[in-house]
Amino acid sequence: MVLDEVGGAGQARLLRSRVLVVGTGGLGSPAALYLAAAGVGLIGLVDSDEVEVSNLQRQILHDVEALGRAKTDSARARLEALNPEVRVVAHRVRLGPANATELLAGYDVIVEGSDDQATKFVVNDTAVTLGIALVVAAILRWEGQLLVVRPGDTACYRCVHRALPAGPRIPSCEAAGIVGPVAGVMGSLQAVEALKLCLDLPTTAAGHLLVYDGAAGELTRLRARRDPTCAACGLLPRSGPPQAHQRSDG
Amino acid sequence: MSVMVRIPTPLRSVTKGASQVVAKGKDVEELIDDLDRQFPGLRERLVDESGELRRFVNLYVNQEDVRFLAGRATALKDGDEVSVVPAIAGGR
Repeated sequence: MVLDEVGGAGQARLLRSRVLVVGTGGLGSPAALYLAAAGVGLIGLVDSDEVEVSNLQRQILHDVEALGRAKTDSARARLEALNPEVRVVAHRVRLGPANATELLAGYDVIVEGSDDQATKFVVNDTAVTLGIALVVAAILRWEGQLLVVRPGDTACYRCVHRALPAGPRIPSCEAAGIVGPVAGVMGSLQAVEALKLCLDLPTTAAGHLLVYDGAAGELTRLRARRDPTCAACGLLPRSGPPQAHQRSDG
Repeated sequence: MSVMVRIPTPLRSVTKGASQVVAKGKDVEELIDDLDRQFPGLRERLVDESGELRRFVNLYVNQEDVRFLAGRATALKDGDEVSVVPAIAGGR
């Protein structure tokens, strides 16, 4: 990238960065593609599914040649073809409370693109505990929401959404539908924010819930406040998060 | 007080497709009542049987979550903008 804020030093920093993408579907596809194109050195992918034809309307990492293949395999092949300098680590598992810490540990930034709120809560709570910055998004029909979390510094996903509601779950994209490019918009925004976090560039996106209404063509920024009673981050001191690049170079 | 209310996609079937509506109320509680008068059935999508905002719905007045203001008693003035933001969870 030739931007003044990036330059050679920034490009080198991206090569040393490690980003985990949870979900290689509608959100994870554009996010991972842009992260690989930008030269993020290590991209982890978490997805337990196989490519199905109904995915292809929006999950642009995959194609008809990959039908029936593990999504992580399909995604890795695509990303490595796009940028051979990027190392891709595939985790062909479903993320849950039992494996979340093991999956997230060691990464600098988490890009969350799963398809259910329970997983988003688990990723959030784990990222907060580990002190890892998180970019979480969600999509449905014509809309998208995005939140950047700097643990201990800004509101986390649980500050905004508190807990899983009782009763029927919020519908998934498969059930309620999603306009493909809306997933593209939100996943691309996730990549923008993840890159800024990797480069330690200032961002006021953290602390705000970004809501995109594709039907009305509007982007709204709402204030996301830290909730002092939050079960995930309420007890964290307000001293800011560990630096994104405090990691062992093992 | 007359305010503009942003309606999210899942609720537009109740507002006859409108993404923005104008409603009146001195506070959020009255606003919800007025919205329900204009669009019957909208209240129960926002508020549960005990009168509390449903857990998966956040309401913002001028970009601030009302949970950090005065909840349903949050006062409104002419020209305020209210956003109804339900939790969504799709990603794949």
